[in-house]
Amino acid sequence: MQSDPRGVLTGTHFLDGDHACCEGALAAGARFASGYPITPSTEVVERFAARIPTVGGTFIQMEDELAASITLQGAVWGGAKAFTVTSGPGFSLMMEHVGYAVMTETPCVFVNVQRGGPSTGLPTLPAQADMMQARWGSHGDYQIIALCPKSPQECFDLTITAFNLAEQYRTPVFVMMDECVGHMTEKVIIPPAGQIEITPRRYTTAAPDQFQPYATGSDLVPDVPPIASGYSFHITGLTHDERGYPSMTPETQDHLVRRLQDKILNAVEKITLTEEENLNDAEVVVVSYGITSRVAQRAIDLARAKGIRAGKLRLITAWPFPDFKFRALASNGVRAFVVPELNLGQMAREVQRAAGGQSRVIPVTHAGGNVHQPEQILRAIEEALL
Amino acid sequence: MLLTEIRIAGFGGQGVILAASVIGKAKSIFEGGFATMTQSFGPEARGGACSAQVILSDNPILYPYVTRPDVLITMSQEAFTRFSPELKPGGILIVEHDLVRITTLSGDVRVYSVPATRLAEELGRKMVLNIVMTGFFGAVTQLADEDSLRKAVADSVPAAFRELNRKAFDNGYKYGINLLERLADSPNGEADELISLLEV
Repeated sequence: MQSDPRGVLTGTHFLDGDHACCEGALAAGARFASGYPITPSTEVVERFAARIPTVGGTFIQMEDELAASITLQGAVWGGAKAFTVTSGPGFSLMMEHVGYAVMTETPCVFVNVQRGGPSTGLPTLPAQADMMQARWGSHGDYQIIALCPKSPQECFDLTITAFNLAEQYRTPVFVMMDECVGHMTEKVIIPPAGQIEITPRRYTTAAPDQFQPYATGSDLVPDVPPIASGYSFHITGLTHDERGYPSMTPETQDHLVRRLQDKILNAVEKITLTEEENLNDAEVVVVSYGITSRVAQRAIDLARAKGIRAGKLRLITAWPFPDFKFRALASNGVRAFVVPELNLGQMAREVQRAAGGQSRVIPVTHAGGNVHQPEQILRAIEEALL
Repeated sequence: MLLTEIRIAGFGGQGVILAASVIGKAKSIFEGGFATMTQSFGPEARGGACSAQVILSDNPILYPYVTRPDVLITMSQEAFTRFSPELKPGGILIVEHDLVRITTLSGDVRVYSVPATRLAEELGRKMVLNIVMTGFFGAVTQLADEDSLRKAVADSVPAAFRELNRKAFDNGYKYGINLLERLADSPNGEADELISLLEV
């Protein structure tokens, strides 16, 4: 279906990433946000609070991040598309409710505008050090979807994608921005509403007396019961059977947890978005995501100007991790993967795992606070071929 | 056009960020080029020093931060002291005439001075000094088209203040063109101008 024109600010704008993210959420149909504003993500909800009265919807500033991250889930079950926005310290506090959204299969979006950590860290400066927290931050076994925009334009585009994936797979989806992308202002083109594809909620077509809230078809994703129309259902964070009732048997646990994992892993090739260049002849592949991919591009250009066969693999989808891409490249003779990131080597370890020892993996670490110098990445590319 | 790095710096409240935004908008939206604007944020920076950076190019911009500005616009003494050493050799320094005293400077820099605050006060609103400065910047650097800057100004201010800001832009632009003509007529041109500014 197409986007509702009321939320779409069609035109060419000069926007920062935070504002573009807000416009993406509105274009995606978000009509509810609950937040506990925190630098450097504040501008997203500041704009949402200003815009939503004219579009029709609700913003609530909550008492803390725990409240923000569960209130939005109430709004989703009430029929809204909803999201919250935070940064590292708030993301930590939201983790309990991320797990709740996973377990109850509540389609929703969490935006994390990453800043330097741990703890209060660097409130106004960029980092990409919450990548593993996004993957493993809540307890229990689960899979997650996370997207990494590199520009204000992508903050708009990928926020829409995040809402669509959330609906399709009934899972929380993370938009993993960073302070640099969030506070950077560039041209953002917002297309007409008719050109923005929106994934609607997958409401059940089963009659109320036939409906089982957690029964699924082959895609392992259950349909949603519409609220206040005769469907009785139970939403719980306890392990539950297909009827939605708590069931404490190892069999139910195994069935449920594997399904929550498999509904995403089985679709990894469909979910994976990448930007690729010169991978066919590449001896060394630079793997990057988010803001770092722009600096990496400069390093790749410098390397190729020196005659080095350097390729680009930018992860737009960071989670689920696209192992298949790395397996293929490693067995295709790529000698090394160079992985610059604004942390001390979080995704580099995933690359190492996926490459299975067939290619060298060279992390280019940076604790955050600004971005790499292209020359740092270039040196690692050169070192890869020694 | 090669990549051009611009830094605008002054006090919070002078409209530093809006000025940078107008320049970026002119280039990226009204001229179809590319612009990336970033701001210096610090937890302690509110109400004090304020700086915005904008990079202009005909190609997509990869590295987002300004390292050695080609153009530095300073609207406070603190901004001049802090940022003038990073100006690129051969670069352009623009100063607010009454707020910045040029103390030291390497020889290889072109300097243009404008009493932007006074010109804004003549229009009855001191707050438009940033748009006066934007007009002056357009005239002396020619880095963005006059017309696209004008459109970007109109696009960036509330409708009720469009006329005021249009005048502010025009007065700054005219002041810049007149200055360039005066410098062209004088025998030692920019060298004399720099000496006169140093003596202030």
